[in-house]
Amino acid sequence: MYKAAVIGSKESVSGFAALGLSVFPETERDKIARLIPELAKKDFAVIFITEAAASGVGDIIDKYRSCKLPAIIMIPGITGNTGDGMKNLHVSVEKAVGTDILK
Amino acid sequence: MARLNVNPTRMELTNLKKKLSSARKGHKLLKDKRDELMRRFMDMVRENQQLRREVEAAIRSADAHMAVAGSVMSSEQLQTALMLPKQELELDIREQNVMSVKIPVFDTKYKTSNAGDIYSYGTAFTSCDLDDAVKALSDIFPKMIRLAEIEKSCQLLADEIEKTRRRVNALENIMIPDYEETIKYITMKLSENERSNTASLMKVKDMVLDKAHNYS
Repeated sequence: MYKAAVIGSKESVSGFAALGLSVFPETERDKIARLIPELAKKDFAVIFITEAAASGVGDIIDKYRSCKLPAIIMIPGITGNTGDGMKNLHVSVEKAVGTDILK
Repeated sequence: MARLNVNPTRMELTNLKKKLSSARKGHKLLKDKRDELMRRFMDMVRENQQLRREVEAAIRSADAHMAVAGSVMSSEQLQTALMLPKQELELDIREQNVMSVKIPVFDTKYKTSNAGDIYSYGTAFTSCDLDDAVKALSDIFPKMIRLAEIEKSCQLLADEIEKTRRRVNALENIMIPDYEETIKYITMKLSENERSNTASLMKVKDMVLDKAHNYS
């Protein structure tokens, strides 16, 4: 049985605890960089991470792009939307089509 | 384009012709695969974009409620209210096969089926904005799971499309022309041998006739 996790600042993620997700209120880059592989090894199928928390660990998130699990999905945090989540989609399109046709 | 390094023999020629025809077949199949993958990918990307917009807007409004709740209640109170969730989420994963790319499908299962169980606190000491925030998150959550599903699918499909495109290009621009050129080379070489054979036979025939009857 798989689970879902949320990583981000305490204010951004605490609401998800009520829905039964596992919440990891981390904001430090190093801790998140260690946390993601750990969660991936355990049975977390979906990891939601706030854009602010993901900004420092892009290389680690990219490593899981072509793996089947976990799906690492960026969500806007309490500090607002940086557009990184949408950017990720553009990266996929660019990879597939050769050029970004969504612009 | 480079000719392959093979001996110009009939056997090689047959082998190469077989290889060429299977390369052509493979090229056609891969091209079809690429086109179909691309079609699916574009559908998914559009849905992904749409979903992401919805999810981001909903989370933003939930965060706004949460921010208000955080300002009305003390942070300890807020933490206590959300400390022990009643609800527990489990995900079941199925696989869907799209043109031999296995994409995940997530099924959500909750420990309790009561919709009210998302509120893990009594309402007496918490702000109603907290209720709103939790409700908003719970409303959008199915879409978030769908977003996770489809975003992962997009990433996996993009990978596969890239690989397939590379294979198609390699077949189209390298392997097939190489085979064609080598086949042409062997055919030329063989017919050249044939001609030189005929020429020397004619010469021998002339010489033999000359010897026997003094023709020339």
